[in-house]
Amino acid sequence: MQMICKIAAVAAGALLAAPSEAGEGPFFITYTHQMEEPGNLEFTTRNVTGKPGNGDPFLATAAEFEYGMTGWWTSELYLDGQGTGSEGTLFTGYRWENRFRLLWHEHWINPVLYVEFENTNAADKTLLEVVGHDGVADLTALNADARQEKQREIETKLILGSYYKGWTIAENFIAEKNVGHAPYEFGYAAGISRPLASAARPERCNFCKENFQAGVEAYGGLGTHAGFGLHDTSHYIAPTVSWMLANGTTFQVSPSFGITPTSARFLLRFGVSYEVAQFGRAMRNWLQGGRT
Amino acid sequence: MRPRAFLLAGCLLAVAWTGEPDLLSRVPQAAASLPNPLEKNEQVERAGAKLYAHECAACHGSNREGHGRVPQLNRARVREAPPGELFWILRNGSLHRGMPSFAHLPESERWQIIEFLRQSPTTNHAGATQPGR
Repeated sequence: MQMICKIAAVAAGALLAAPSEAGEGPFFITYTHQMEEPGNLEFTTRNVTGKPGNGDPFLATAAEFEYGMTGWWTSELYLDGQGTGSEGTLFTGYRWENRFRLLWHEHWINPVLYVEFENTNAADKTLLEVVGHDGVADLTALNADARQEKQREIETKLILGSYYKGWTIAENFIAEKNVGHAPYEFGYAAGISRPLASAARPERCNFCKENFQAGVEAYGGLGTHAGFGLHDTSHYIAPTVSWMLANGTTFQVSPSFGITPTSARFLLRFGVSYEVAQFGRAMRNWLQGGRT
Repeated sequence: MRPRAFLLAGCLLAVAWTGEPDLLSRVPQAAASLPNPLEKNEQVERAGAKLYAHECAACHGSNREGHGRVPQLNRARVREAPPGELFWILRNGSLHRGMPSFAHLPESERWQIIEFLRQSPTTNHAGATQPGR
């Protein structure tokens, strides 16, 4: 009990002490080359809701814990779950993601290598990427059936990011492989965004233009190694907005529109994130018996 | 023989690590000559103080005093550095030392932080040192 109280005290102290800016701009799917600051822990929920075709409406959530291991290495753990109409709610698996920045300095184009292991089941509807021939049919399968199908997959991405005159531009190329079977699947994501103001106001404020970022992202599948291309693939285009409060909490919302017959017609994404600065240092101090 | 070779390599690495020059001295000459395009005034400094509290204070301390291996920013070398040097460091960071890039901040915000860093630490920017924006 005493241990739990101590951990709670450390966590509360860290939360109150130093909120910081959450990472990836306004995007839900597209990664930029921005890494988590070393020692910072960011907690995010990414939610998506929709009513696919003749299927029941669903709400899927990915709880994300992102930690800056070093200046060039960021690691994340995702816990996924979903609830579908009258079919109940279930945990659908976890993902462990690592991103490695490949160049020490900032360039016109900045590459980041992304490697992720997923251990989910086919009932997962978080749609954190669209690859291969993923489509609306995947969202209409009954949970009882879909959860039987295990998906242990390795996903890699090449992330390219640039900042140009206040604009953030990012392109992601995705390759995914089920470790047990199935072909290599490919996909893409690309986004562009910018803050509504390029300079900060002197006073603390919630509604300053500098706290808002707006952008648009596009993502979709590119088939498999046996059938590479756009045939029978899903594609989405999604305007997106983020709003950061003065205390560091960031809200994001993004309506996504499917633009091919295979896509879900409409998905609404929304999320909240909060970054705890120097969480790692607080934990180290606590473990060494020092002060937080 | 092999343990000696490892020992020697370890010593060389340790020397290289501790003898690493100050980051400011590694900024390319061309980048260091970049002037701050923002007009110097109290508004800019206060905005910079707010941004510093939000982006930098967790590591460098709310009074720029530094912490462990994180360098202090209230020393004269930083205050008197050409703005272009500080801008280069904010843009590129020093990833292997743990200093992230702040290129994701708009250029104007980076210049606001730099204007703040060039002020004496005793300058009062009331309320700006609270975390958050």
